[in-house]
Amino acid sequence: MILVVLPPHLRTLARVTGDVELEVAGQPTVRSVLDALEARYPMLCGTIRDQATKERRPFLRFFACEGDLSHESPDAPLPEAVASGKEPFFIIGAIAGG
Amino acid sequence: MSKVRVLVGTRKGAFILESDGKREKWEVKGPHFAGWEMFHLKGSPVDPNRIYASQTSGWFGQVIQRSSDGGKTWETPGGEKMPTPGGPPPGKSNHFLYDASPETGKPLTTHQWYDGTQHPWEFKRVWHLEPSPTDPDTVYAGVEDAAIFKSTDGGKSWNELSGLRGHGTGPKWQPGAGGMCLHTIVLDPSNPGRMYIAISAAGAFRTDDGGKTWKPINRGLKSQYIPDPTAEVGHCVHRIAMHKSRPDVLYMQKHWDVMRSNNAGDQWEEVSGNLPTDFGFVIDVHAHEPETIYVVPIKSDSEHFPLDGKLRVYRSKTGGNEWEVLSKGLPDRDCYVNVLRDAMAVDSLDSCGIYFGTTGGQVYGSADAGNSWAPIVRDLPAVLSVEVQTLP
Repeated sequence: MILVVLPPHLRTLARVTGDVELEVAGQPTVRSVLDALEARYPMLCGTIRDQATKERRPFLRFFACEGDLSHESPDAPLPEAVASGKEPFFIIGAIAGG
Repeated sequence: MSKVRVLVGTRKGAFILESDGKREKWEVKGPHFAGWEMFHLKGSPVDPNRIYASQTSGWFGQVIQRSSDGGKTWETPGGEKMPTPGGPPPGKSNHFLYDASPETGKPLTTHQWYDGTQHPWEFKRVWHLEPSPTDPDTVYAGVEDAAIFKSTDGGKSWNELSGLRGHGTGPKWQPGAGGMCLHTIVLDPSNPGRMYIAISAAGAFRTDDGGKTWKPINRGLKSQYIPDPTAEVGHCVHRIAMHKSRPDVLYMQKHWDVMRSNNAGDQWEEVSGNLPTDFGFVIDVHAHEPETIYVVPIKSDSEHFPLDGKLRVYRSKTGGNEWEVLSKGLPDRDCYVNVLRDAMAVDSLDSCGIYFGTTGGQVYGSADAGNSWAPIVRDLPAVLSVEVQTLP
């Protein structure tokens, strides 16, 4: 079970009030977690990564275990603590606007 | 008694203002989609409960929202339910993919950038949604970077009408200060094949075959800010308006100049007349008087606010050239707001109502065709768009 923490606007869009729990088969990666997230919440397609290129949207970041995974390969295995559900996978909106 | 529903898109959410036909007391509902930029909301002419909305964000991109109950509840078309194994795939209501297939015409991949180099087309947001006058599931979207898309399934999926970008001048189009946006879509109610669009800063275009082929309709426009002031494309058209009873007569607020065409855009003439400044964004037509038009003059392209701090609407009852100032109920001093291109609309009650929103968050309404005005609401986020539905 993977625990995903969404930014508030995406929680509203997905109509969830708290963190999201996802089942991901095999070794979880950023790509497989996002695939599972979008399959369960289709309204999030395109809001985290580009619909066509699957590139991360520029003002979003992926954090886990006090590390920034934003620039890691989307197919790199996530830390074991995330894979086991002990630590959440954070999708964070960049702070902007002053 | 008839009712009026005003759909307001703002920088930080959408609001719905409702009143009975007297238009004296208003109920303000919202914010819907709080915190998101709501570029445009518009209802279907054949099903007023069907409303489409463009929800955007610099962080999360584009979302299309749809209501089937007059704005009480909303859904992302096709994306509201979890897909089931073997069931239909989820909709792609926010998937605006530029057409690059050779089968549908000459694919265009670049336009002119600010520095004169060629730049790839990149989808950014939907500026304007125009529902079909005959089918609630058919809706057009004008987007940035400039292109027009069509949905025939209630917004679940979109296909580009790529003949617009492919007609030949696309590589000459370049963005205006606000981006290269297709912001105006006007459908001819008497001719299903004909529609008009406008792009900043490319100009106006018309199709007569439902969007397969397009032609620039900018003859008569003069723009001193481009190398050839009478060029075929490159004009910064801000808004086009039409009265449904006379679809060949078009009115245009250009960057500078208020223009009129009597032949479906084949030729334009300036009708700025005695306006104190002919810069502005909005232009609209009285619901029952096709020669009565409205603009909000703005000081200049470098000072986007009213002259002398006085917010004024100007009305011409002669289709242009002769303008009268409308000031009753509008601020007489210290007003430095703007009125953006999609932020004026008219209702169709017997005494025509006129509405406009400002970047200061006010929405003003007039129940007597502009003779007098009152704020419906004063302190919304900056208003991006105003549309009106007249309900039975």
